[in-house]
Amino acid sequence: MDPRTCVIKKRIEGIKRIIAVAGGKGGIGKSLVSSVMALNLSNMGYRVGLLDLDFSGPSAHLILGTGRSTQPREEKGVIPPTVCGIKFFSLVFYSGKKPSPLRGIDISNIIKEILCITRWGELDVLVIDMPPGMGDAILDPISLMDAEFLVVTTPSLVSVGTVSKFLSFLEESGTPSLGVLENMRIKETSRNFFGADFLGSIKLDLDLEKALGKPEKLMQTKFSSELREIMEKVF
Amino acid sequence: MHEWALAEAVISSALDFSKENRLKEIKEITVALGELQQIDREVFDFALSEIMKSKGLEFRVVLRRKKSLLKCKRCNEEWSFDTGKLNEQEKESIHFIPELVHDYQGCPKCGSPDFKILKGRGVWLDSIRGD
Ligand SMILES: Nc1ncnc2c1ncn2[C@@H]1O[C@H](COP(=O)(O)OP(=O)(O)O)[C@@H](O)[C@H]1O
Ligand SMILES: [Mg+2]
Ligand SMILES: [Zn+2]
Repeated sequence: MDPRTCVIKKRIEGIKRIIAVAGGKGGIGKSLVSSVMALNLSNMGYRVGLLDLDFSGPSAHLILGTGRSTQPREEKGVIPPTVCGIKFFSLVFYSGKKPSPLRGIDISNIIKEILCITRWGELDVLVIDMPPGMGDAILDPISLMDAEFLVVTTPSLVSVGTVSKFLSFLEESGTPSLGVLENMRIKETSRNFFGADFLGSIKLDLDLEKALGKPEKLMQTKFSSELREIMEKVF
Repeated sequence: MHEWALAEAVISSALDFSKENRLKEIKEITVALGELQQIDREVFDFALSEIMKSKGLEFRVVLRRKKSLLKCKRCNEEWSFDTGKLNEQEKESIHFIPELVHDYQGCPKCGSPDFKILKGRGVWLDSIRGD
């Protein structure tokens, strides 16, 4: 019997809301949305955690600009370090310089292990930066957490198709969805494919790149203010 | 002491099991400690007994080391994990997340990082005896 499954519930007992920022594809802004959302929540006075689960392309630590000295503390488990007021956990604390490609079963195991040993304490919101894809390996362990999904897409038709699939998948599995956030919008008016599920858009922001790794600068970007408007519908 | 978190997991799942199966009491549990995770047996044992004390529990806990078995997906070589050339920090990483062995070691024969962990990964609740 896997002893981890039943302790996971206990580890997240003190967390009021868990938001998984997902989307079938990579490079659409999941990490930016989750990190900047966590920064904003922290600024607004929420007790917030950020968990980077994208093991093959971890990036939240780069976006937040965490230094090398940022490490979890061991105390009856693992206590995530606090970065810009955010309790932050990422596999980069432990992984090697060149992370290896992992198989499904390994990914499930890593997620379970992290959920089993991390002690978040009391949080209003835990934001999860999800890996691309919607395989069982990722979603099964997440289903232990009763997370609400925020689905990110870009205006590209390629991405839109993936999101429709994702939404029906969530509905079939009875997973709560907060709706769809369109990122990197270019044209002023683009079509809304998602009806009631549509939360809003964030424009392509060419100043974003310069602000990466600098939380105060990130907070002042258009990206951040547009995200805040969308967040008002969710919080 | 992250052993504590795992010990807590073991005790809660034993209790859950005994509730689900309406056991009057648990007499003994057997826990396998997979080699890969390099659990400090003494620390783990201590954590278990402290947690049991705090919950007023009394039963025997048998800890069994379990040898690891890894198998290369490329050349089918099979081997057991060996801390060998790993430095402290690398060992520590695998101790926290056993799958990270992929980051630090490859197949001893062909070097491929693509191998399966067949046995001896981590902490596993092997059996519960009670009535
Ligand atoms: N609205 C935006 N405007 C400009 N660049 C963006 C925007 N959203 C994301 N990016 C950039 O696109 C890249 C991919 O974003 P990222 O959040 O890492 O995607 P994902 O996590 O989905 O793979 C990053 O370099 C990021 O800075
Ligand atoms: Mg990402
Ligand atoms: Zn090999």
